[in-house]
Amino acid sequence: MFMEDRQVNVSDTDNKAYQPKIAAFLCNWCSYAGADLAGVSRFQYPATIRTIRVPCSGRINPLYLLKAMANGADGVLVSGCHPGDCHYISGNYVARRKFALIKSLLKHVGLEEDRVSFSWVSAAEGVRFSEVVKGVTERVAALGPNNSVFKVKDGGGTDE
Amino acid sequence: MSSVVEEIRETARQLLADGKVDVVIGYEKGTLPLKATPCFVRTAQNVDKLIWDETCENNLAAFSYKIPGKKAIITKGCDSRALVVLLQENQLVKDDLYIIGVSCQGVVDKRKIENELGEIIEATITDGKISVKGMSGSGEFTFAEVKDATCQTCRYPNPVIEDIHLGGTVEVPEEAVLFADVLEMEAKSDSEREAYFGEQMDKCIRCYSCRNACPLCYCQECFVDCNTPRWLTGGVNRAENLFFQAGRVLHLAGRCVDCGTCSRACPQGVDIRALNRKMSRDVLEMYQHESGISEDVKPALNVYSGDDPEAFLVKE
Repeated sequence: MFMEDRQVNVSDTDNKAYQPKIAAFLCNWCSYAGADLAGVSRFQYPATIRTIRVPCSGRINPLYLLKAMANGADGVLVSGCHPGDCHYISGNYVARRKFALIKSLLKHVGLEEDRVSFSWVSAAEGVRFSEVVKGVTERVAALGPNNSVFKVKDGGGTDE
Repeated sequence: MSSVVEEIRETARQLLADGKVDVVIGYEKGTLPLKATPCFVRTAQNVDKLIWDETCENNLAAFSYKIPGKKAIITKGCDSRALVVLLQENQLVKDDLYIIGVSCQGVVDKRKIENELGEIIEATITDGKISVKGMSGSGEFTFAEVKDATCQTCRYPNPVIEDIHLGGTVEVPEEAVLFADVLEMEAKSDSEREAYFGEQMDKCIRCYSCRNACPLCYCQECFVDCNTPRWLTGGVNRAENLFFQAGRVLHLAGRCVDCGTCSRACPQGVDIRALNRKMSRDVLEMYQHESGISEDVKPALNVYSGDDPEAFLVKE
């Protein structure tokens, strides 16, 4: 099987290098399709994201991001359609206002800025999707395991 | 007895006697010194309970949608802003409301007094002077000394909507810098802010007083009470407390009217306002919106513009 150097083999358990876990909320119409395109086109990107498909980036509830980090995700990536491309006309526009405020508040309370990332990726941008994931992974990996203000220590009575 | 109180009572008596409203929501003398308590007057005979002074710290808009029927509400500047937001969000029917506007000089922050004199046993207010007998001594304060932090920077002491205005109006001082407290906090380093809010969250006992006192926290089921999904456990720790506070603040983004009721309701003295004010400032700066000023201006998060800032996106 052809394998590039940069490809990470997830089944290789000997590879002990730190791999962050990133919860990726992808909108059904653009970013999820973009990720799919990256897959079928064999564009490589680190196997660090756990994809959660949402109908629209406007569906993102700030609590999703907080809960992901409380439960131990090292990072969160939210991606939707480019402004103007929303399947529901304006979902990503209203989401954009919300995202800007979330980002600003989380930084204010002391969360590392790079833990939460937002992007627009269209269904045609397979290459760009892999670039985004690479970039996000790099930055989250640089921060190290989630020890942030939202991480509930020792399970804290959660389901885990 | 000040003339405003007389006017309030007379207005309430008239409204109830004429059958224009079923209930007048106002303040009565509380059981604790320097603390008025909300009261609901349903008959004209009872209107003499009503008071109005610097201890009327609750935001009565919080009761406006909980009480059925036609109601009159004694309304300060911040209460009226909350009413505007509630009207915009279709939580209230305007025809059921009779807004009795009174201008507000600000309210007393009991905690400032208690820090010096211990628990307050007795207190009297005369001509802007507050004489207090506390557990560990007595003292006299001027009103300006013990004014609540919210009221010190209040820009809307006069109601923005009202059906009748009682008493005079309060002049709004020109503020050189808006949100000076937020700017000061932003100027600190990330780790300093993290430490500050961590300390605040350690104090929180998640009693949800802030949520209960808030006029705009009206969700039928609050996310903290939700079982499926279970956002929060019963555990009280720094991370989950911050989850709660941040979640609440994000729910109030673009809606909070900065009445400070949450901070005053907090038994632990958590600086909840600092988070809400940060959000208010961001909304003002990014979207030029102040909540509850006019019914005709749509809430900031209900609208959008093609050129909203998006500097927060990843750089790829």
